[in-house]
Amino acid sequence: MEHIQQLFEQLFGTDWGSMLFVVVKTLALILAIVIPLLLGVAYLTFAERKVIASMQIRVGPNRVTFFGIPWLRGWGQPIADAVKAIMKEIVIPTGANKFLFILAPIITIAPALAAWAVVPFSPEMVLADINAGLLYILAMTSLGVYGVILAGWASNSKYAFLGAMRSAAQVVSYELAMGFALVCVLMMSQSLNLGDIVNGQQGDSFINWYLIPLFPMFLVYMISGVAETNRAPFDVAEGESEIVAGFHVDYSGMAFTVFFLAEYANMILVATLTSIMFLGGWLPPFNIEPFTMVPGFIWLLLKIAFVLFLFLWFRATFPRYRYDQIMRLGWKVFIPITLLWIFVLGTVMQLPVSVQESFPLNLWF
Amino acid sequence: MTFQDIVFYFFAIILILSALGVITSRNPVYSALLLVLSFVTCAGLWLLLEAEFLAITLVLVYVGAVMVLFLFVVMMLDINLDRLREGFWKWFPFGALIAIVLVAEMAMVLMGGNFGLDQMPAPSPQAADYSNTKELGRLIYTEYVYAFELAAVILLVAMVAAIALTLRKRMDKRSPDPSKQVAVKSEDRLRIVKMASERKE
Repeated sequence: MEHIQQLFEQLFGTDWGSMLFVVVKTLALILAIVIPLLLGVAYLTFAERKVIASMQIRVGPNRVTFFGIPWLRGWGQPIADAVKAIMKEIVIPTGANKFLFILAPIITIAPALAAWAVVPFSPEMVLADINAGLLYILAMTSLGVYGVILAGWASNSKYAFLGAMRSAAQVVSYELAMGFALVCVLMMSQSLNLGDIVNGQQGDSFINWYLIPLFPMFLVYMISGVAETNRAPFDVAEGESEIVAGFHVDYSGMAFTVFFLAEYANMILVATLTSIMFLGGWLPPFNIEPFTMVPGFIWLLLKIAFVLFLFLWFRATFPRYRYDQIMRLGWKVFIPITLLWIFVLGTVMQLPVSVQESFPLNLWF
Repeated sequence: MTFQDIVFYFFAIILILSALGVITSRNPVYSALLLVLSFVTCAGLWLLLEAEFLAITLVLVYVGAVMVLFLFVVMMLDINLDRLREGFWKWFPFGALIAIVLVAEMAMVLMGGNFGLDQMPAPSPQAADYSNTKELGRLIYTEYVYAFELAAVILLVAMVAAIALTLRKRMDKRSPDPSKQVAVKSEDRLRIVKMASERKE
């Protein structure tokens, strides 16, 4: 690293060389995050088809393979799907607003990728270790809804616009519950930095994770996360039995695939955030010998995979919510629960020190 | 010109152009989107001033929530530009007067010497572990606690008023009540009758 920095400084002078070095280094690190992420997205679609297939006693994709190796049957499916999507024509409807029609998928995927900048993978592995990391995540996830709204409007189609309307109302409502659930997390950790949030959950075992004291908030966050990503059972924005395919009904080829990728990237993001904020991030479940030998990054991956499995499980299990029930759940159930929990948490934090240090409370406070 | 200057001019140019676009664009949807762009670039400028909490909150509150609803309303309206322009020349003197007053007010504030470089020297850069959020919280909850509480009460009153204005039950329409629906138990709907099995003689 230092050699490369010296090379840059010799080439472009000390001022510009170090600046350019930072830019190039950051770009390389961004690629190091985004490329595995996109691969993960591709194989999450495969995992989804396989998991749901086995839940419904089917086989799932089992044809495409690499170099004819028999035990890899089906593993080439995501690659084949990507190639197919690239070859397809992008049809732009005559009445559509061309500029916004093309812009919408880009706006959808950009925040889903940008939010990864502050995600810590292990104590040292983080791209931007900023103080207001949690706020940044909230800001980025709230931008994703623009893509859906623009897609719905720019398509100039009734069904697409209905999907966009549903999605906008749903995402804005569930963002509130999500934000309040995260307020509880930052009250516990007393920091907005994601690394500090994980460090606040350090202890002897998984009892110290925020999952235990904030269990209702964990449920609220998980369910709001499903609603935010427009996944089943909250996928009324697509609702293929009611409004064809919702906001992306007029999209085809790669433009559609970008929406598809953004949905899965958002799923991985929500799963990662749930793991970091409630399941102890890179911390092992027990702080003793065989568990601590596994690197923290692996623990984080395992937790992400578990939460993602829950997402797929939900989709295979629950029927789609009706629209007014979604609104009721968000506004009349989740927001009161979160407000109540903030109040309870605040009360506990104001208890005298001697009470806080007595048995179960001393695990978390 | 340092790297920071380049970033500043980059954001500043985009900010000014997008702000101009907001008022000159003919399509209201483009106007709303350009306003979103100007908010985001403005947040970038605030980040350069090391005000990261305010910058991210600007994106979170205005771009993430307020502008979504704004864009939504703009998209739903069927705006006829010709009809909007009908009374343009009739109202032009009035609008011009307001614009002149605005420009004069801003000139008085900005040229009064309150914002010169000698009045406001460039802030010294803080250490990397300096938490803007913590400082802001400390100020809000100690020095400005009354102003903060007052603002909170005003917002609460506005929220209650907004809900009270829109909360009305329409008697002429039948709609399902989800809370009643989810509370239904199988015993309410289904009666299981025990009866002896019949036998054919």
